[in-house]
Amino acid sequence: MKTELFTSIFLLVGAAFIFIAGLGIVRFPDLFTRMHAVSKASTLGLGCILVGVAIAFPSAIVIAKSLVVLLFIFLTAPVVAHMIGRAAYLLKVPFWKGTVADELKDRYSKDRKTLRS
Amino acid sequence: MNAVLTIVFVLLVAALLLAFLRLVRGPSLPDRVVALDLISVIIAGMIAAYVVWMRQPVLLDAVTVLAVISFFGTVAFARYLEKRTTDED
Repeated sequence: MKTELFTSIFLLVGAAFIFIAGLGIVRFPDLFTRMHAVSKASTLGLGCILVGVAIAFPSAIVIAKSLVVLLFIFLTAPVVAHMIGRAAYLLKVPFWKGTVADELKDRYSKDRKTLRS
Repeated sequence: MNAVLTIVFVLLVAALLLAFLRLVRGPSLPDRVVALDLISVIIAGMIAAYVVWMRQPVLLDAVTVLAVISFFGTVAFARYLEKRTTDED
């Protein structure tokens, strides 16, 4: 009974976070704010759903598998966000007009794509 | 439990529609890559919710495989986008 309650709560919270990620990808004004919404909210949402799955089944193998997927997602989501953001910055995707700071300006050397600090 | 899972699936399908909207509209190519990444996360969440619904823990393997494939796919897209910038310069 109690496991069912906790599973429901985690599944609902996770689905709500993923829905918020979907809302963010449509409503935000430029690529970088959209990425900020998607990579954080979808990671947390899928994490919550996987915790719900781990609670729902009282067996070690299911818990282990859920935790492996969770760890993998928590490791790879920042890598993916960084790579897309870097590629988009090098492609000169336009910023939102309210952007106040671009700290990378003139710091990428053009030929080697390395950052000069 | 069934009512909860219905709500969960409705939310996930709504998120899928929103991500698809961005995939169709997205002004730049990285926008579409981000939308594809979100779609794969949503589908992984759907499979995970289906695991609870059908009481079939075997399907968790599908979530694992989907997470790995979406990671490599997105990294490949990002590499390709970066390569495109070198060609243009």
